[in-house]
Amino acid sequence: MKALRTAALVVVTVIAIASFGGSLSPAFDAARQDRDHVSAGPSADHWLGTDALGRDRLARLLHATRLSLVLAPAAAALSVLLALFFGAVPGFLGGTSERAAKAVVDVMLSVPWLFLLLMVRAALPLNCSPAVSATITFLMLGLLGWGVPARVLMARARKLRQSEFVLLARGSGVSPGHLLCVHVMPNLRPVLTAQLWIAVPAFILAEANLSLLGLGVQEPLPSLGSLLRELETVLSIRADLCNFCALLVLIVVVSSLQIVFCKQEVP
Amino acid sequence: MRIWKALAYRVTVIVLTVLAGSLLSATLARYAPGFGADEQQLDARLSSDSLQALRNTTQNESSVVSYYAASMGQMLKGDLGMSHALQRPVRELLAERVTTTLRMIGAGLMAAWVAAVLLVVAAWLSGSQIFGTACSLGSGFLLCLPAGAVALLLILMNGPGYVALAIVVFPRLFPYLSDLVRATASMPHTVTAKACGIAEVRILLWHVVPAIRRELLALAGVSMALAIGAAIPVEALCGIPGVGQLAWQSALARDLPVLTNVSFLVIAVTVLANSGADLLADERRLAP
Amino acid sequence: MRRSVILICLLLVALLSAGFCSDELRFYLRSDPKTFNPALVADDASETIRYLTGGVLVRLNRQTQQLEPELAASWKVSRDGRTITFQLRSGVQFSDGTPFTARDVKYTMDLLMDPSVHSPTGDAFRSAPGKVVSLVQSDEKVTVTFPARIAGLPKLFDQVAIVSAASPEKERAALGPFYVADYKPGAYVALRRNPHYWKHDDSGHALPYLDGVKLEIQSNRDIEMLKFSRNEIHLINAMDADYFDRLFRSAPGKVRDAGPSLDSEQIWFNQVPGAPIAAYKLEWFRSRNFRRAVSAAIRRDDLCKVVFGGHAIPARGPVSPANKFWFNAQLPQARFDQKYAMQLLGDAGFQLKGAGLVDRSGHPVEFSIVTNAGNRTRERMATMIQADLKAVGITVNVVTLDFPSLIQRISENFDYEAALLGMTNVELDPNAQMNVWLSTSDEHQWNPRQKTPATEWEAEIDRLMRIQASAADDATRKRAFDRVQEIVAEQAPFIYLLNKDALVGVSPSLRDVIAVPARPQTYWNIEHIKFSTERAGNGH
Repeated sequence: MKALRTAALVVVTVIAIASFGGSLSPAFDAARQDRDHVSAGPSADHWLGTDALGRDRLARLLHATRLSLVLAPAAAALSVLLALFFGAVPGFLGGTSERAAKAVVDVMLSVPWLFLLLMVRAALPLNCSPAVSATITFLMLGLLGWGVPARVLMARARKLRQSEFVLLARGSGVSPGHLLCVHVMPNLRPVLTAQLWIAVPAFILAEANLSLLGLGVQEPLPSLGSLLRELETVLSIRADLCNFCALLVLIVVVSSLQIVFCKQEVP
Repeated sequence: MRIWKALAYRVTVIVLTVLAGSLLSATLARYAPGFGADEQQLDARLSSDSLQALRNTTQNESSVVSYYAASMGQMLKGDLGMSHALQRPVRELLAERVTTTLRMIGAGLMAAWVAAVLLVVAAWLSGSQIFGTACSLGSGFLLCLPAGAVALLLILMNGPGYVALAIVVFPRLFPYLSDLVRATASMPHTVTAKACGIAEVRILLWHVVPAIRRELLALAGVSMALAIGAAIPVEALCGIPGVGQLAWQSALARDLPVLTNVSFLVIAVTVLANSGADLLADERRLAP
Repeated sequence: MRRSVILICLLLVALLSAGFCSDELRFYLRSDPKTFNPALVADDASETIRYLTGGVLVRLNRQTQQLEPELAASWKVSRDGRTITFQLRSGVQFSDGTPFTARDVKYTMDLLMDPSVHSPTGDAFRSAPGKVVSLVQSDEKVTVTFPARIAGLPKLFDQVAIVSAASPEKERAALGPFYVADYKPGAYVALRRNPHYWKHDDSGHALPYLDGVKLEIQSNRDIEMLKFSRNEIHLINAMDADYFDRLFRSAPGKVRDAGPSLDSEQIWFNQVPGAPIAAYKLEWFRSRNFRRAVSAAIRRDDLCKVVFGGHAIPARGPVSPANKFWFNAQLPQARFDQKYAMQLLGDAGFQLKGAGLVDRSGHPVEFSIVTNAGNRTRERMATMIQADLKAVGITVNVVTLDFPSLIQRISENFDYEAALLGMTNVELDPNAQMNVWLSTSDEHQWNPRQKTPATEWEAEIDRLMRIQASAADDATRKRAFDRVQEIVAEQAPFIYLLNKDALVGVSPSLRDVIAVPARPQTYWNIEHIKFSTERAGNGH
């Protein structure tokens, strides 16, 4: 297991270095269109071939990976923090705050936030830079994606509130804050790590779908989500495996992160 | 008496939550950009009078609060209003589609839960870290698949829609389930039970599951919200004529009567599912 | 024993075949029809149903683009262009057996002209305020008088499906080759052969040849393509170039390119005074040189080649060459010329500062193009235009929006800078585009609802469009509209990019399907379409 973890760490590091380094190099221009070689297979000039507009797939993959690797985990971390705040804390405190939080979370899970996202798009200037648009998109995903883990955290925190070691600590005069941070939080880690693994790829894919609302990463900047959207059509089914590189990269990165951070529960 | 009081309190909270949630949905839909816009406005053959008549179709919906109050009142009489986009009573639209969606959600949820539980149990019984890791990696792989690609794959294989839903829900369920069980494995009572030589199956059923009962019920409740959320893109992409497809089309068309009713339905189901889960978790504590 | 088993099997086969419609054409509708009432049709799905079930007085032959008699054996337009008299065919019945008479024509026109009815079909007849009067002269003769001359009046009746005044089935009683037999919302519309259809083929056999048409409702184009390639549906009426090329590689006999369609793709700039955009940008967009420079900097050939796989031609103006009579062949080809573009920009006071262009006041030239999200071809076109304009120092931000948000911006609050959209031309006559060219109109996209024309050239266009709308002869109309096209080419309020080809899918099992650019591209002669295994005289 340790060897596997090390290998996974190496893989993630290599991908991160390659994407950051490659995307900063002028040799990998994600926007340049080679219009005489569209949807071409791998060649000396284009190692992974070109997309439908003749743009180098490898360059776009490097830029996309860099952007998604930075913003998606940040958004996932934000959703985890919000889940803690709206789930774990009220669950631990109990009473009115827990009941109020439950109602908020239920509404959060079921209201169509599509319209809020449309309002956000309307509020943004049309000439917003692609980087700003991407950042705001992932920020919105983080702000809206905490409902499910909040519910589960709430249930767990409520159970921990009634557990013996917490009762003992409380009886010993430990403050609620100290209890929460030192004794309860470590026991919430399984749910938090689960949320992270789900959120990173989910947010990457969701960002691509938000382009239907005018949010998301705008052209010519690529994202992993926008590259994956190209797979959502029968036209992507062809012998050219380079079409699936973005999917492969996402799977490798997510799997590697899972292996790296997978630990036994600490009581 | 106390039990009735507690029940009445819970019901009131549920009703208020549903009403507040659906008012929020209606408000968001009403004030989202594009409300009142119709693609017919781009038809060059229409006269200015016709264009004005088009704009006037949403006149009744200018004040969201009064519109919402009126539509709730009508809902109590069984009238769910008229869809602008489809020109048909909303009640008819929902009645035609709700069975399709319920079947798909039911089958999809069941498939997702069965798969998740079976894999977690298999990982537990095998005791193999490699098997557990492989299951997690498999779940991670499914998470990385775009919903559109999953839908496409199913269409190619002539597969049923609920499989797409299960594929979308399963990887959002499995990590929680797996981590909860793994966390409980190292708890003192579980370690003691293992040391006493109790069979793995018995430990799982009698020591692990009861310890995470509350979280499981909470997860069951939210999995309903996950399934409903997943039903919308799956139905839209697979062309399944269910409530999810209707919701997506209505959202794109800003069809407020349909959106208000569908949101009400979705919020009611979500709140009831989560409240039911809470009730089961706290069955010995019915006092507010 | 064996004989009785064989007999039972044969009986079962016969019973099963009786229930199974073997000559049923199948293709997809992209959405549920909003109405089955022909007078209220405003969406594509309803229009399809109307075309297949509706009987019209005159029919525009989509192949020859000439008008042909249908339910009206002949017609005559008065000298003042206000009155049209139809001599109807005798012995025609609706699908339920109700006789067709002039009273049905009057009823239909009264319905269409009802002020509370708002549809593109009715609005086409509203040339001036005043009542439209229909007079029944006999069972087979009817006159319709309008308050003012209507240009191209007879052709407008191609869109008017006659509704029965007397039938208990109301608008469901059909005069066309089929009638609506079943409708399952969200699933399909099933049409059955009209047993009382009046048309016969040259051998005297009753038409249509097909037993029925099943229109399943499916908006997903991938599913449509898959089902078509598996022969589960027989037609795709309009196909994207990507799908066309994929199908062409695997089954070339199944797809057809009918040449340039009537549709166009174009960009325009927001010129609305008081629009919520920077004043200096408004000044750019109002500059003819700026617009023409942008036009000259766009590589239309690349757009046709890359986005449409060669299934498109660079556009010259608002009318496609597929519109044989109204296309102005004298218009110059839109040319890609970066040097010319820079010259035009220089004359307008723009200059290059490093890699970017700036205006007289030093503002970097940057604007956004909005287009509808989910339309892959437009997204690609916008991205290519972004790259083309970067080469002349202009920064373009591509913003894809969902359709209602887009419509609100371009039609209501004018919060946009440039837009990339297409024009879908259902009708050939330029009168159908009246609302685009009149400066007072809502559809005058770049600057709608002007109280008085903002520019001389817009005033000139107004004058010419009114001439073509009121002229008695086609030659005068053509001259006026040709001049409109020239002014548009000079002033570039719309930068026309290309006319995409009409790409269709036709199953090899079908006969007599002739793909044409005008809508409906594949089933315009539905009554003559048959399956290759069909016997002559089907239905008799």
